[in-house]
Amino acid sequence: MLSNIGIIFLILTLALSISLIYYSFINLNKDKKIVDKNIYYLSLYQTTFCILSFFVLLLGFIFSDFSLINVFENSHTNKPFFYKITGTWGSHEGSLLLWINILVIFSYLFLIYNKNKDISFRFYTIIFQNFLIIGFLIFLLINSNPFSIIIPEPKEGLGLNPILQDPALAIHPPLLYVGFVGSSIYFSAAMASLVSGFKGKPFATSIKPWILISWSFQTLGIIVGSIWAYYELGWGGFWFWDPVENASLMPWFVMTALMHSVIVLEKRNSIYSWVIILCLLTFTLSVTGTFLVRSGVLNSVHTFANDPSRGIYILMFLSIMIFSALIIFFKNYKKENYNFHSQSKETYILVNNWFMFFFLTSVLIGTLYPLFLEVLTDTKISVGPPFYNTLIIPLTVIFLLLMAIGPNTSWIKGSYKNLLFATVALVLSIILNFMIYNFFGKYSFLSNLIIISSIFLIIHSIYDCIKMFQKSIKYDPSRIISHFGFGLLVFFIGINHNYSIEKDFNLRVGEIKNFQNYSINFISLEKEDRKNYTAIVGNFSIFDKKNSLSENLKPEIRIYDNPETLTYEAAIRTKIYSDKYITMSNISRSDFYNIKFQEKPFMIWIWISAVLISVGGVIRIFKREVLT
Amino acid sequence: MKKILIIFFLNFVVNNFNFSYAEETKLQLEIYKNLRCLICQGQSIADSNSDFAQTVKLVVKDKIEEGKTKEEIYDFLISKYGEWIVYKPKLNKHNILLWSFPYFILIFGGIIIFILIKKRKNQRLN
Amino acid sequence: MKINFTRVLLLLIAIFVLSIFLFSLNKVNIYDTKNLIGQNINNFEIKSFKNEKIISEKNLKENKYTLINFWASWCAPCRAEHKYLIKLKNNTQNLKILGVNFKDKNKDAKKFIAEFGDPYHISGKDPDGRSSINFGIYGIPESILVDQNLIIVRKFIGPLNFEDYNEILNLTK
Repeated sequence: MLSNIGIIFLILTLALSISLIYYSFINLNKDKKIVDKNIYYLSLYQTTFCILSFFVLLLGFIFSDFSLINVFENSHTNKPFFYKITGTWGSHEGSLLLWINILVIFSYLFLIYNKNKDISFRFYTIIFQNFLIIGFLIFLLINSNPFSIIIPEPKEGLGLNPILQDPALAIHPPLLYVGFVGSSIYFSAAMASLVSGFKGKPFATSIKPWILISWSFQTLGIIVGSIWAYYELGWGGFWFWDPVENASLMPWFVMTALMHSVIVLEKRNSIYSWVIILCLLTFTLSVTGTFLVRSGVLNSVHTFANDPSRGIYILMFLSIMIFSALIIFFKNYKKENYNFHSQSKETYILVNNWFMFFFLTSVLIGTLYPLFLEVLTDTKISVGPPFYNTLIIPLTVIFLLLMAIGPNTSWIKGSYKNLLFATVALVLSIILNFMIYNFFGKYSFLSNLIIISSIFLIIHSIYDCIKMFQKSIKYDPSRIISHFGFGLLVFFIGINHNYSIEKDFNLRVGEIKNFQNYSINFISLEKEDRKNYTAIVGNFSIFDKKNSLSENLKPEIRIYDNPETLTYEAAIRTKIYSDKYITMSNISRSDFYNIKFQEKPFMIWIWISAVLISVGGVIRIFKREVLT
Repeated sequence: MKKILIIFFLNFVVNNFNFSYAEETKLQLEIYKNLRCLICQGQSIADSNSDFAQTVKLVVKDKIEEGKTKEEIYDFLISKYGEWIVYKPKLNKHNILLWSFPYFILIFGGIIIFILIKKRKNQRLN
Repeated sequence: MKINFTRVLLLLIAIFVLSIFLFSLNKVNIYDTKNLIGQNINNFEIKSFKNEKIISEKNLKENKYTLINFWASWCAPCRAEHKYLIKLKNNTQNLKILGVNFKDKNKDAKKFIAEFGDPYHISGKDPDGRSSINFGIYGIPESILVDQNLIIVRKFIGPLNFEDYNEILNLTK
């Protein structure tokens, strides 16, 4: 039943896409002044049907309709209600349906929010966006149909991978998808702009909100993903430079570059071609990332059910996208004249783009190089955290300094006026750094530079903030918040990295481990039966000799029934100034347990400052006209 | 399910080898983090509690006590397991592009920005 | 002219990257150490299973071929390959088999050999796994065929099967 309804809705969506393209072409030829009402209706119906098809799948999950293969494979009657809902986008098929929903919804919203814009630009945007929708719908219907049925209907489902049964991971995909699928709309708009010749400031204002929306969500999605990795993967890290994480980071770099460049296009009517390239690149990288993740060509901690036939399809889609984008771009490319003063804001924005591209290239090549090398020379290499850290950290130092100075220059011919303040701030940062260095413990030369430059950015942002309140017109709060957040983020990561205490040892029940200021007592091990899993709970007492503080932490090893899986749950005691983190895992053929204990300073502040970054973006969405 | 529980509570085969001395220093931890656990899904030796990770930790510890440097230990493990085992690829013939390409882009971008600014100066002079 | 060059270059890069992606779809994603064939195994020391002696390079250089087999009583696939090891011992002249008992208890290992037979010309033990790293072992059972100069001829990851058995017979003729 549900299967048929779902498929009907999808086919209706597909049919409406085709008719939207058809009507748009007809209207284009008629040279009309306003968009035909029918187009609005068609787009509205399309959105409605698409959302309905998603609800049908949702119902399938809520009522555990195991006649749907997708529900059978990813759900179970014993699963908590919340995870039944989130199971809807937990699988490849379901998440692809969510992906299409975002394409369609963004298409509709873009249509109704750009009423005063050039008509042929709007039609072409609809056309390109609907080509994307059709491509993904066909993929969904042919290769990854969430409404496929299974006969006979099984009595019970296989259950959702327990590692995905987690609140952070439940909201992670939707956030990330709004981010990088949202970038599709300015991909289409960029193509439309090339074809229709609608450019300059109006083009910039029409795509800017969408860039901000996708950027803010992408940022949040990445944060939630790393929070999840922090407490679920159980190793105490929060960023592993894993290929799947890199796939979400690469579009983020381009979005960030674009978010800055589009301001130049808006204010100065310059670098149009560059903005177009960035628009096209963002979604291309998103789809490339999807290809890498879903086809299973990369070796990652995040296991997705892989299937090469998906890979072929996404690859075909990607090829069509890249080649049509290249051809349309070349065909419509016009040479521009540039006029940049070395101290002006636009130059600093270009410098931002320059660094973003360096970061992007580092991550891109680190992710793809092993693949290339293997195909070309049959050699397997691993590229991991040490590679990225070596490349990226030194450049971040300079990047942070410029991030403080750049926004304080003015357009066209400005010069940096706060030289005196910058000198004071720099001296202050160096002093603060050495205070930290002397009182709390030594760290490497590079860490010194990172801490100094991040403090510099923080001080500068605070100074900007004070000035903003004095003469409220000149400054832009969303920029200050985001840059401030970034400074804090790097600062706390630096502190966290240098002052984390990490201890890895093997212990038996009843034994005590002493090190530094800590004494860890493995008191007992208990078995508890919970709703859909059995937990082996370790009871640890951690005694902090310095503060004579005793705490109990209970890490778990969980044995899930459906599907039968073993997971390791960390026990984390979060405090305002530090986290205590402990995991326990069994060692085969012995009665020892491998214990990892970590004391991680300012963990919560890392999350807070990262959230601040995206808050800046959100503020700007609501405060459309930015004053500078 | 039952099997797993048995492993936990009966500990039916207890090794004669004592696990309790597997403890690490900062250098050890750094090396563990840079080694891939070959039998795990994208985990490092530091993250894994598998048999293989335990053994590698032991050997790395021995090598440090023998006075071997970080690089010597990496080279040793690469000769035994291939380049796949280290997360920081060595700078050699086939990895040169990996290490140099980002810097190439950095220089290239710098040149472009320099040209753009220079052009303006020339325009002004004219 | 210059712009056309950039265009062609960009198109070529796109084609190159996409075709690499295409080829990468067909590759195997599971890593093994088979590409280390041809390397030399040297500087190793293995404790003898029976007494306090040490087995080293010298002991293997006397043999034309040696199959180094890592096994344990707790490893189920080791039981499956055991019959092929016994067959190898009976049917080859040029091959000696070195069995290394891996992370095991002496008592259990002896029981295992008593039950399934002893295919090994030389028996060693590696109670904590330290020696296994020298041989590039990452999971057992694993067997390495080396020649007189201790150069790796073949690596068998996982239990030996009938085809492997035939291959070893052919290689050591």
